[in-house]
Amino acid sequence: MKRATTWWKTGIGLVLTALMLFPVYWMVNVSFTRDEDMRKTPPDLFPFHGTVEGYRAVVDQQLPHLGTSLLVGFGTVALTLLIAAPAGYSLAKLRPAGGRLLSFVLLVAQMIPGIIMAMGFYAIYLNLGVLNTLPGLIVADATIAVPFGVLIFQAFMSGIPEEITQAATVDGAGPLRTFWSVILPVSRNAGITVALFAFLWAWSDFIFASTLNGGGTLRPITLGIYNYIGNNNQQWNAIMATAVVASIPAAVLLVVAQRYIAAGVTTGAVKD
Amino acid sequence: MASSTHTASRGLAAQEPARPRARPSRRPAGGGTGRWAAWAFLLPLLAYLLAFYAYPLYRNLDLSLRDYTVRSFVQGDAPFIGLANYREVADNPTFVPALTHTVVFTTASLVLQFGIGMALAVFFHQHFRLSATLRALFLVPWLLPLIVSASTWSWMLNSEAGVVNTFLGVLGIDPVNWLTSPDWSLASVIIANVWIGIPFNLVLLYSGLQGIPQQIYEAAALDGTTGWQRFWRLTFPLLRPVSAITLLLGLVYTLKVFDIIWIMTKGGPADSSTTLATWSYQLGFGSLLPQFGPGAAVGNLLIVAALAFGLVYIRVQRRQGGTA
Repeated sequence: MKRATTWWKTGIGLVLTALMLFPVYWMVNVSFTRDEDMRKTPPDLFPFHGTVEGYRAVVDQQLPHLGTSLLVGFGTVALTLLIAAPAGYSLAKLRPAGGRLLSFVLLVAQMIPGIIMAMGFYAIYLNLGVLNTLPGLIVADATIAVPFGVLIFQAFMSGIPEEITQAATVDGAGPLRTFWSVILPVSRNAGITVALFAFLWAWSDFIFASTLNGGGTLRPITLGIYNYIGNNNQQWNAIMATAVVASIPAAVLLVVAQRYIAAGVTTGAVKD
Repeated sequence: MASSTHTASRGLAAQEPARPRARPSRRPAGGGTGRWAAWAFLLPLLAYLLAFYAYPLYRNLDLSLRDYTVRSFVQGDAPFIGLANYREVADNPTFVPALTHTVVFTTASLVLQFGIGMALAVFFHQHFRLSATLRALFLVPWLLPLIVSASTWSWMLNSEAGVVNTFLGVLGIDPVNWLTSPDWSLASVIIANVWIGIPFNLVLLYSGLQGIPQQIYEAAALDGTTGWQRFWRLTFPLLRPVSAITLLLGLVYTLKVFDIIWIMTKGGPADSSTTLATWSYQLGFGSLLPQFGPGAAVGNLLIVAALAFGLVYIRVQRRQGGTA
């Protein structure tokens, strides 16, 4: 390929990316816009009279919601790893009869619309009296990540050479010991991948939050934004500032963890 | 998915690990203890699936077959009424619009996401400078929480102060009441959903393109074909397996899109952007007088549709031997 054509394509690529990311830019722009400039026509394409009022509102009003979201996120990660890692090990290395059926069930489980799960959870939680609790929301949010987590761990652990586990068995290690001291340390990348996505999905969840935790004080950040839109239609700088803050985990995931995602996904794809 | 899933398109990563299961399973060496250990390690998962997948689904089915009021919902003594909730839903004046909107929303989203995703995948496959970085940036809409995307689009599509109408004004087009006019609300949520779904299509189709051997193109270039001919005669047919997977998975995930529509329009104005998913939520949680029975019935119709296409997807994927 010739050098000249390459630069020309880079130019088009930059324009396309700018177009695609324009809404993200606009969110940041509006988050710094003053109230009095908010309904100006045409709107300022750049926050010339930038203000941090929106972010002050986030600090004043949204910190509890952010805290709730963090707790729910970490709780979901812990629960997901606790369930998914052993199950992935079993399916990949111990291969019980019916394992393939179980993988199939997990694949199907990912296709169930969240709204249906939410309604069932609501009925159950109402009777148990665990609406508006952190553990309740964590357990519900984990349903998004558990099937994915098992399939990722299974795919990754299938790629661990059989010789390693056999050597452990010869040395007298039982399945538990093999899992803990041999399999888990090698599966770090799979674990990080599962943890990151479990966190991101729990952090982003809206359906479970609005149905199961909509009433109490333990509302996550997604509901913080949602109630903002409902209550004060005018303060869009505060709404968008909250949205910017709520996007931080996604940005961190993209910047810091891209190689882990790649590692997890290509392992699932290549090891066959 | 989740949400989201998570949303449309939360299936990107979820789709990947499905592949290795095509491998023939080998029995592990070892006797009875191995089998017990295998089930012991699966126990947390099985317990979790039963308690937090199967049981909510059962409760949902139960809800749809009983005559629930707020009172009997708490006390749990609602009378069994068979399929009456389903009949009520089918006779409801919202049913036909909700079904039509679901079909239009899903079809339009899929066609646009796939078309744009394909064009971008072919473009980024050319390996110019920065192509990998820019491709990674295209993932951003897919990673953002749906509430963030939906509220940002709400403000961009605002009738008076929205930046989209400003751009239209520059082009000499009259402002559009995107979210407040029944003629445009469905188009508005489709636009937002397409934006969110493009990365998913781009990534899957791009990985498909990487699987096509470069020699085929070199041979075609010797024959003097143009770029356009190469796309239609080589790339497109060779990508058909990946395309089928992408579209089917997209279909399953678009059917259940709820967050975006609910946050942007609540299904309105006047049900003009109501789909089965938002209608189900509307019935169960959207009003002061919840109708859990009919809400669950609508949800169960949705699950039947999602699972039907989901099984087609799994079948296609199996038949292709996991070459998605």
